[in-house]
Amino acid sequence: MLEIKNLHARIAEDETEILRGVNLTVNSGEVHAIMGPNGSGKSTLSYVLAGKDDYEITEGEVLFNGENMLDMDPDERAAAGMFLAFQYPIEIPGVATMEFLKTAMNAQRKARGEDSLSIPDFMKRVKAAANHLNVSMDMLKRPLNVGFSGGEKKRAEILQMSLLEPKLCVLDETDSGLDIDALRIVSDGVNKLRSPERAMVVITHYQRLLDHIVPDVVHVLSKGRIVKTGDKDLALELEKNGYADYVDAAA
Amino acid sequence: MNASVPIKHTQAESDLFERYESARETLAGSVAVSALREAAVDQLRDRGLPHRRVEEYKYSDLRAFMKAAAPLAAAAELSRVQAILEDQDLFGGLERYRIVIANGSYLPTLSDVDALATEGVTVTNLNDALSGEHGAQLLAPPKSGQNDGVVALNTAFVQGGVIVDVAEGAAVSRPVELVQVAASSGAQATRIKVRAGTGASLHLLETFIGDTADGEVNSVFDYDIADKAHLAATRLIVGNCDSARLLTTIATIGAEAEFRSLGFMAGPKFARNQQFINFVGENSEAKIYGVTMVGRDDLADQTLIVDHAVPHCNSREFFKTVLDGRAKGVYQGRINVAQHAQKSDGEMMTQALLLSEEAEMANKPELEIFADDVICAHGATSGQIDEDLLFYLRARGIPEAEAKTLLVLAFLSEAIEEYGEDDVTEGLEARVRDWLASH
Repeated sequence: MLEIKNLHARIAEDETEILRGVNLTVNSGEVHAIMGPNGSGKSTLSYVLAGKDDYEITEGEVLFNGENMLDMDPDERAAAGMFLAFQYPIEIPGVATMEFLKTAMNAQRKARGEDSLSIPDFMKRVKAAANHLNVSMDMLKRPLNVGFSGGEKKRAEILQMSLLEPKLCVLDETDSGLDIDALRIVSDGVNKLRSPERAMVVITHYQRLLDHIVPDVVHVLSKGRIVKTGDKDLALELEKNGYADYVDAAA
Repeated sequence: MNASVPIKHTQAESDLFERYESARETLAGSVAVSALREAAVDQLRDRGLPHRRVEEYKYSDLRAFMKAAAPLAAAAELSRVQAILEDQDLFGGLERYRIVIANGSYLPTLSDVDALATEGVTVTNLNDALSGEHGAQLLAPPKSGQNDGVVALNTAFVQGGVIVDVAEGAAVSRPVELVQVAASSGAQATRIKVRAGTGASLHLLETFIGDTADGEVNSVFDYDIADKAHLAATRLIVGNCDSARLLTTIATIGAEAEFRSLGFMAGPKFARNQQFINFVGENSEAKIYGVTMVGRDDLADQTLIVDHAVPHCNSREFFKTVLDGRAKGVYQGRINVAQHAQKSDGEMMTQALLLSEEAEMANKPELEIFADDVICAHGATSGQIDEDLLFYLRARGIPEAEAKTLLVLAFLSEAIEEYGEDDVTEGLEARVRDWLASH
């Protein structure tokens, strides 16, 4: 589903190189975790996949279901099935959450040549998804993410993810800012979306999240490269020994 | 010192003098009214059209903009007016009463006079009153704009208009649209007097439609808001036109009364919406909103002066401007608080969103406070679309143009929604979308 080949990327503004040759293949049905110390390039990788133009690709390619994803605009990537759950979901004053959800869902449907959702069908889907994630109708009436707590923002991200039904979900530090209960709700929401047709890349600093969302493969990212790949036990090892070994290995 | 040195008149000014000479015999009014017209023309002769060296017009140089001045529009053809009313309905299915003015003259036959009468609203032809004993009072200039050049231009040429009296305690059940139709070429000058009686309430819609390519439109709205009365005025200055749109509000607010206004602008090449607001009774409130969209190399100016002349009044001024192309936006807002006007509360904010590198916004909020126990604040911001917001929306599959529309709409809606006339909110938001789609 996702093939990243020798990906190099730098910050467009000051040309600082962040990704220095990332190779990663994720197949349908798999959940991959990417772990790494601060500054290793985890968030950059997620932004580059989503198409943020603060970054410049200097080398390598990214194929999404065989198509060159780097040539696509962010909205085209989304319509093709890419979803990034933001580490810091953005507050958008004046844009009602429901209006936003409807616009996003219908924009993607339109891009794929599908009909717009009827209002009752849309409402039914939102209510069902909101119910699972403990998102109140009151939250949905507010402007998008405005005044939401950290936990509410993350739940709103997962709500969007379940409504948009992406093929590839990239979760950027979804556990940050969550207490134990919120972590469980969010993880349950993510686990519900696991399916043989869908792939997930879970980016996290801590092993904690991976107790809830159990990965098939764990990678260690350090200084812009994947320096170690293993199974879920690798995460436990990292939790015990820290990243020191890998930081040195990449140097 | 050199006040006696005659100025060199522009083409437009010469045209205006000619316009006056050829129209003076037909312009309505008593002897006193004629004297006011003469004085206004004299002022124009002495000072010229308002220009950038006049402080109030520093950013909106009408003299430089007006290359010529068309004659006043001749009387409108009724069938043409009807066709325009049908074609250019700015409020769609909204149930409302209508008062029609075409080419500067009141048309009672097309106005809902009888229905309005049952609601306690009387409509009188301005020209009848101008010829009467108190005619000159109807042309009184704003207190804080005695020598305003645009108002003087109006006084000189006012062709007609209406006086709208709302009876004491009357709560008019539907909005009243005061629609001014340009049914042929030529300039238009109108004056509207609205007297809201004690405890009355009314929502006015002020619109300008028709084909107005070559003449300036100059309209003065003078509101007397009696004690405990509520008046809302939604003014739409929309549509592409190459000539100037010059609109003036004079509001005099009694005690425990409320005045709300929204000036909504999109389209004209040169538009100025100026408001002179004066509290004369205590415990009253004025909420003044502006929503401006301006593109190409057009100019849109929202100017206001709020006079807290008495204690215990609140005013809120909230203006939003979106600029594109090489457009210029102007906001000048001044709150004056007189020495004895204690416990005044004024809160002024102007915000601009620039969609292009070449657009420019002049924000000039001012406070002039002589009382010592007041709460007054002002603020001004100018910025571009937040790239992070845009990226977030695009990452959810919303194409760039649509995402920008959402963000601009969100920006402007804040003022439309705070204004809070739910009858028109949806229609105005649709007009914002239309404007964005055409840019």
